[in-house]
Amino acid sequence: MTETDLRTGSPALDFPQDRTCPFQPPQEYTELREHGPLAKVRLFDGRPAWLVQGHAEGRALLADQRLSSDWGHPVFPVVVQRTEGRGGLAFPLIGVDDPEHARQRRMLIPSFGVKRMAAVRPMIQRDVDRLLDAMLEKGPTADLVSGFALPVPSLAICALLDVPYSDHDFFEERSRDFVGAKTSAEADAAFGQLYAYLHGLIQRKQAEPGDGLLDELIAVQLAEGALDLDELTMITLVLLVAGHETTVNAIALGALTLLQHPEQLEMLQRDPGMISQVVEELLRFTSVSDFMVRMAKEDIEVGGQTIKAGDAVLVSITLMNHDEASYEDPYTFDVRRNARHHVGFGHGIHQCLGQNLARAELEIALGSLFARIPGLKLAVPLDEVPIKAGHDAQGPIELPVTW
Amino acid sequence: MDARETGSAPRITVDRDRCIGAGQCVLAAPEVFTQDDDGLVDLLPGHEDAAGDAHVRDVPMACPVQAVTISDG
Ligand code: HEM
Ligand code: SF4
Repeated sequence: MTETDLRTGSPALDFPQDRTCPFQPPQEYTELREHGPLAKVRLFDGRPAWLVQGHAEGRALLADQRLSSDWGHPVFPVVVQRTEGRGGLAFPLIGVDDPEHARQRRMLIPSFGVKRMAAVRPMIQRDVDRLLDAMLEKGPTADLVSGFALPVPSLAICALLDVPYSDHDFFEERSRDFVGAKTSAEADAAFGQLYAYLHGLIQRKQAEPGDGLLDELIAVQLAEGALDLDELTMITLVLLVAGHETTVNAIALGALTLLQHPEQLEMLQRDPGMISQVVEELLRFTSVSDFMVRMAKEDIEVGGQTIKAGDAVLVSITLMNHDEASYEDPYTFDVRRNARHHVGFGHGIHQCLGQNLARAELEIALGSLFARIPGLKLAVPLDEVPIKAGHDAQGPIELPVTW
Repeated sequence: MDARETGSAPRITVDRDRCIGAGQCVLAAPEVFTQDDDGLVDLLPGHEDAAGDAHVRDVPMACPVQAVTISDG
């Protein structure tokens, strides 16, 4: 008989687990496969949760409005200690359901469209070229994270929003403190400083407008009353943090993955036109955003199980992207494969707003890095590269390279 | 409902009320799909036959919110 209740039977694993290899899922996750498309896991506070690992089942669930992203709900699942007790703090976009979500997203999508992102490519290219010039001048060694992977998305999101890049040390640190905080007190402190900074910046911009997305939102949505100052501050905060924390990892882990697969890297170097395909396979293979958190609003039948209203549901991007039913030989990095329908940017109404910006950044950053420094190599053995914890965006903390 | 469709069969239908502007359609088949000034999906005129194109066929699956459908006949 199949178990259909989350509360019966014992969870197979504590979630999340840390990776040991930077780009492969932890061994424990691959062992979960035998439990079918949905496995039962245990969160740090003891709460049982469904872990969705089937690609087809996950896509169906992410498109299902009976699964909620309402972080403000009093019993929304808590995956890391730092978010404990934050019920009521509503993060726009990523932490709200429709119709509120749709209202917020509609204000932003004109600014993140495919054409608009194509237009920012020359700017990203200039920044990437300058960063590589500086690296080459200082070389022949560098930390690829602080010297390259971090400033690329930071410069891009600052320029897009028109947030002064000169303040980047301040908000990068706070943003890192916020996502890396071990307690909710630490997270609150970092959050408070980021909030105050952006709140003040918006007020200054009201008096002295600039030419970014933030200024457009101030001139149109804030002026017309579609947004108030608090909501605009929160939206800016989400864009700033989301624009940094994932892309830096995608660039750094992407570079590391290519360095560890020289024959694949060679294919790219012979045919630079492959870059967009390489980036899609990297997004699938590395799955830097490891999982997403949801809560069921109603009972849902899926994969032979019943998710009950109120159940915690974790959707594993990593495991969906490594489902053998959808990808042949999924644990192999193969730039020639068609990685389509990967869920590296999620799926459903919350699918990444910044994905076309991220693609542009990744294609330009990785394409230029390996074109300009073809002899790039790791300066330490792979197992000495420090990596992020399982609950974080996945990627190296530092990446010592040489050429 | 704000839906736009092409005239002849097979027909591509886009539902702009559902669209979240992710642009998967434009990336997969830029000769058929576009985004308007609101960042929402639109069909380029004169591509009624394109529903048979392999890239276009992939779009209903690629769209994260099922805003694109292709109906045969
Ligand atoms: C490679 C880099 C990136 C990855 C892997 C990534 C991944 C994701 C994922 C998986 C989600 C869905 C979360 C969920 O459904 O719960 C998401 C949402 C989001 N991302 Fe990204 N992201 C990246 C870059 C960016 C950038 C550059 C921005 C810049 C603005 C951004 C802004 C957002 C926003 C605002 C949302 C929430 C959208 C919504 O709820 O409607 N992301 N991202
Ligand atoms: S793929 Fe779907 S959601 Fe994205 S722009 Fe096209 S129709 Fe809209």
